[in-house]
Amino acid sequence: MNVVVCVKQIPDPADPGALDPNTKTLKRDGKLILDESDSYGVEMALQLVDAAGGGEVTLVSMAPNGETAGLRTALAMGAAKAVLVSDDALQGSDALGTSKVLAKAIERAGQADLILTATESSDGYTGTVPEQIAELLSLPSVTFAKSITVDGSSVKVQRQTESGYDDVECPLPAVVSVTAGVVEPRYPSFKGIMAAKSKPVDQVGLGDLGVDAGSVGWAGAGQEIVEIATAEARAASTVVEDDGEAFQKIVDMLAELKIV
Amino acid sequence: MSHAPIPNGADPLDLLGTDTLLTDEERLLRDTVRKFVADKVLPDVGEWFDAGTFPKEMAKEFGALGVLGMHLEGYGCAGTSATAYGLACTELEFGDSGARSFVSVQGSLAMFPIWAFGSEEQKQEWLPGMAAGDLIGCFGLTEPDSGSDPSSMRTTARQDASGDWILNGAKMWITNGSIADVAVVWARTDPDGPDRGAVRGFVVPTNSSGFSAPAIHRKVSLRASVTSELVLEDVRLPASAVLPGVSGMRGPLSCLNEARFGISFGSVGAARACYEAALAYAGERVQFDKPIAGFQLTQRKLVDMMVKVQRGTLLALHLGRAKDEGTLTTPMISFGKMDNVRMALEVAREARSVLGANGITTEYPVIRHMNNLESVYTYEGTNEIHTLILGQAITGLQAFS
Repeated sequence: MNVVVCVKQIPDPADPGALDPNTKTLKRDGKLILDESDSYGVEMALQLVDAAGGGEVTLVSMAPNGETAGLRTALAMGAAKAVLVSDDALQGSDALGTSKVLAKAIERAGQADLILTATESSDGYTGTVPEQIAELLSLPSVTFAKSITVDGSSVKVQRQTESGYDDVECPLPAVVSVTAGVVEPRYPSFKGIMAAKSKPVDQVGLGDLGVDAGSVGWAGAGQEIVEIATAEARAASTVVEDDGEAFQKIVDMLAELKIV
Repeated sequence: MSHAPIPNGADPLDLLGTDTLLTDEERLLRDTVRKFVADKVLPDVGEWFDAGTFPKEMAKEFGALGVLGMHLEGYGCAGTSATAYGLACTELEFGDSGARSFVSVQGSLAMFPIWAFGSEEQKQEWLPGMAAGDLIGCFGLTEPDSGSDPSSMRTTARQDASGDWILNGAKMWITNGSIADVAVVWARTDPDGPDRGAVRGFVVPTNSSGFSAPAIHRKVSLRASVTSELVLEDVRLPASAVLPGVSGMRGPLSCLNEARFGISFGSVGAARACYEAALAYAGERVQFDKPIAGFQLTQRKLVDMMVKVQRGTLLALHLGRAKDEGTLTTPMISFGKMDNVRMALEVAREARSVLGANGITTEYPVIRHMNNLESVYTYEGTNEIHTLILGQAITGLQAFS
C-alpha cells in the first residue's frame, strides 16, 4: 500500500516567530522544521504500510528556498521519498493556492492508495487544505481521524467528535486528516537519519507541475491580509480568596466556561 | 557615550551561536536525543538516583534509537560521524552522567574492542545484539589495586594444553557489570607463554562458570548507574575467546581514548544542565524585592557558567571534527577530558550556590550532576593522569613515575 503524507515545514515554534510588516505574513526565511502536527500522519502512514506488509510512504511538501530540513526528519522516521515544491511565485499563497499545488504534487508522487494530512498546520491554522485537496482530486474526504484501518479497497476511520467518535467508511483512494496526538510518533532512528540523506527528494517548481503561476501566490490569492496588529496582553487572572465558599465560586466559574 | 544595544534574540543558552557549526543531519540527531532524554530520562532520573538504580530496560530504548555503538560501521550499528556520537553524549549527560556512562561503556568500551580487534565470529555473535540493546556489555580493566597504572594488573589468563584460556582475578568499578551479558576483560598472559606476558583482551559471557559480578553499593555518585566488581575464579574460555587483533596495553588504552572522547562532549551536557537550572532559578527567585539574577554577584556567576559551557562546547566540537578528519591525538583527548570535566564540576558547584538550599535536593538536577561529576573527574583517566599526559606532551618529560 502506498500512502502519501502532506507535511508542512514551519519556523521552529521554540523560537519566537516574527511577522513581515511588508507581506503581513510569517517570516519563513530561517530554518524550518517538520510541523509536529504532521508527525502523527507520518507515524500513522508508516504503521499502515507496515500492517499492509508492503508499499511505501511518500511525503509531499511546499516550502520556500528548497527547504528540506523538516522533510529529512520525516524521511529519517521511515518515509521512502519526497516531492518538494519550491517556487518564488508561491509566496503569498492562501489555503486554496496551497491545495492546488499539493494536489498536483500528490499526482506527481505516483499512484497513492491513501493521502494523509494533519487537521491543520501549527503556524497557519486555516484547517481547510485537506478538504480542498480532496475536492481538487475528486476523492472522498474524511476528517479528524483518531484511528485508521485499511480493509481491502476501503478505509475505516474512527472520526473524532466532541463527545466521542463516529465510525466512517469510504472507498480508497481517499484523503484523511489525522488528529494530533492520536499516535506516538517514533523517534527518527540514527540509522534512519543516516539513510535519510540519500533518500530521493524530487524538487519541482510550478512549471514542472503544470500549475499556472497566476493561480497561486499573491497573484492567485482570494484573500488579502489587510492589517496585522499586536495581540492584547492576556488579562490578569481572577484571584479567588477562600472565605470558606471558594470551591463553589470555582465550580461556578468552571460551569460558566462549560468545563464541568 | 553611546553603546551598541544588546541585540534582541541573543540566545542565553547559546550566545556564541555554536549551533551554526553543526550540519542539518547533526542537528536532527542532536534534537532527537534531546527529545528522547526529555521524554525518557528526565522525568524519572531523580527517582533512579534516589533509589540507586538504572533500569535495565533502558538498554532496548537506547538500542531502538540507535545510540549504542552508533559511530561504528556495520553489524547493526548506525555508522554516524564521531562528532554525532559526541553530540549524543552531550544530550545524554544533560540527562544524567549515568545514562551517558551506560552508552559510553556499551559503545566505546565493550562494542568498540570487539569491532576493532575481534574475530568475524565474535563480531557476528555479539555486535548486532549489543547495538539493539538486547545484550549489555561491560569492560574490565581497573582492579582494586590497579587504577591509574593499569599495566600493574594482577588478573591472569593462562592457556592450558587444550588451548582453553583460564582467567583469574578481580576487576573493580565496572559500569554495567552486574547487568551485563558479556564482559570484555583484559588480563595478563603467562610470561613464559606464546604472548610473553602481554595483556590480552577476552570476550567473556557473564554466564561463564566462575564469573560473578556483585554490585557496589553505598555510592553517593553515579547512583543512576550500575557499578560492580567482576570476580573471575578459574573462568574457562575457549581459545576463540581472545580478541585476536590486539596484544598489549594498546588494546585497552585505545578503548579508553574512545570513551574519553565521548566524555569531553558528555561533561558539557552536565554543565549545561546546571547552568540552565541556575539561570532559570535566578530569574524566578526573588530576594530583596527583585530576582536574584539582577544582583551583580549572581550575574557574575551566571556569566562565568555561560562562558565555561560555551567554551567547553567549542572544545568538544573541535575534537569531534579532528576525530572525523583523523587528526585527533591522545594529548588532545586528554585536553578535552581533563578540562571539560573540570569545567563541568566548577559549573555544577557554582550553580549549586545560585540555587542556595534548593540546590542540595534532587528536585533540581544540580547536586545530582555535581555528585556524578566527582566520579567522571576520576574515571577514564583521572584529572591528574591527563594533566601528566599533557605535561609530557609539552615538555617531552614523562612524570608518571
